[in-house]
Amino acid sequence: MSAVVTAPGGPASQDVSPARAPRRRRRWTRFVLPAYSWVIIAYLVFPIAVMVLYSFNKVTTGLPQVSFAWNGFTLQWYEQWKDIPQLTSAFWLSIRLAIVSTIFATVVGTLLALALVRYRPPRFRGKAAVEQIMFLNIAAPEIVLGASLLGLFVTINLARGFVTLLLAHVAFSIAYVAVTVRARMAGFDRSLEEAAADLGANSWVTFRKITFPLILPGILAGALMAFALSIDDFVTSNFVSGSAVPFPVWVYGATRIGIPPQVFVFGSAIFAVGILCAIASVVIGWRKPT
Amino acid sequence: MEQPVLARHPGRVGSRRGRARLGKALAPYLLSLPAGLWLLVLFLIPLVVMLSLSLQTCNFGTGACVMTWHWAEFPQQLSLYHAQFVTSFYFAGAATLIDLAVSFPIAYWIAFYGGNKKNFFLLMLLVPFFVSFVIRTVVWEFILSDQGVILGSLKNAHLLPQNFHVLATGGAVVAGLAYNYLPFTALPLYVAIERIDRRVLDAAYDLYATRREAFTRVILPLTIPGIFAAFLLTFVPALGDYVNQQVLGGTGNTMIGTVIQNAFLVNLDYAGGSALSAVLLAIALVGIFAYARVLGSRTIEEYL
Repeated sequence: MSAVVTAPGGPASQDVSPARAPRRRRRWTRFVLPAYSWVIIAYLVFPIAVMVLYSFNKVTTGLPQVSFAWNGFTLQWYEQWKDIPQLTSAFWLSIRLAIVSTIFATVVGTLLALALVRYRPPRFRGKAAVEQIMFLNIAAPEIVLGASLLGLFVTINLARGFVTLLLAHVAFSIAYVAVTVRARMAGFDRSLEEAAADLGANSWVTFRKITFPLILPGILAGALMAFALSIDDFVTSNFVSGSAVPFPVWVYGATRIGIPPQVFVFGSAIFAVGILCAIASVVIGWRKPT
Repeated sequence: MEQPVLARHPGRVGSRRGRARLGKALAPYLLSLPAGLWLLVLFLIPLVVMLSLSLQTCNFGTGACVMTWHWAEFPQQLSLYHAQFVTSFYFAGAATLIDLAVSFPIAYWIAFYGGNKKNFFLLMLLVPFFVSFVIRTVVWEFILSDQGVILGSLKNAHLLPQNFHVLATGGAVVAGLAYNYLPFTALPLYVAIERIDRRVLDAAYDLYATRREAFTRVILPLTIPGIFAAFLLTFVPALGDYVNQQVLGGTGNTMIGTVIQNAFLVNLDYAGGSALSAVLLAIALVGIFAYARVLGSRTIEEYL
């Protein structure tokens, strides 16, 4: 998207009317807006810094909870990161759940995206209805989706656990995956497929050698989306989790009795991994300017 | 010209050709079948089940429900919890307005002056998402706590009275909602502003528009779809949110999400909870349909 922008920096308007828009605009765009933006960025980062800081906070009372007051620096909680078995197992459950639901949602969502990109009403009746349902799925309040899923599972007497979590997570990820994959497929050059067919490749070979490699970045973006949605989901999970407690649900339960410092250790670790992945993708993007 | 990619063996001989043609005709349906089934069974049917549950009478002890066409559930629940609906509107509305006001300048700055650092700034806007939603909210509890980093130091410096507190007030809930949903507002605004054709702006200046006029008569009108998308993506989730209220708020400012969650998970009042969820969904649908009517449902995809 950023490639679309006019090349030299952007402040084209400045160059157009130097006589009519003199000093004031410069000061405004040069100092006030950047300063403001950095303040907002600081505001967005501040709680994360607090989280990392408190993961090093000493605990003076005997209870295993982070205190609101700062008691001094310690690495104790990083050394004892798996000392709370329920928290550790909740964390691994979330990871397993995110991986499995990502696989399902990516496959199912990508197939849907393929159908939506390539076919239009005469050949694909009901396309508009599918798009409306996707929109509704994305825009509806999550608490309603979670509550209605719980209603369904109670009605059909399905015991709540990993299976219900998986069903629910895939359900709320499909539309996002389909949208993401479709967006990346918009500029797809169909003539490449036709060229492959002209050279004697059958449909399957064309798909494997031409289509799939070209849409792979889109599929990966969709998978990343599904993974992030699943691992961070609280509202739906809280309704359908039952005996299998994922990480966010465990943390929410712990807020009633006090947060053990290990929660912040896990939070800091997840943050570090996420940021490293993001930086890696940005760096890779730099090396290959499109 | 459309080639169904997944249809195997594009008719080499006789009978296979017929099968291939059938596969070709069915391809869009086969491709969308798994997703369609999943969304039907785990998105649409649950909504129908929810509506039917709201008309049933439930045993609070066991949670077993019997269909009784008990329409009275709706007025009953609404008379009990209309105050929580109003509070939710109030908090979600305040948080959305704050987010729109706060994120417009930064979205504008990144879109117009971000230069080659645009991706970096967008990543910074997304930074909160790298920490779990629940943990983010818990950290705000730490920040806003009476003896925490901010209030504690201000009190020690005698800049605030000792009994001053933020937690357990509506202000804390709005602050938490505003923080948690800020990226949902900022990104659609950014997409909308970024898309404005600079030449239109140049044309406005060539026609002697002042900067103010260029902003109010060119930039702002062209950003309205983005503002609408930002509103939808911020207000609707904030309306049903209960984590911020539970962690940061007190007992006096319960939001409707808390009531629904308690009905389902604590009181096992599935009928009551379903009725309230149905009302919440109906309220959200007003905004969702208005959006789809004015901008078309597919446009939301551009802002995600």
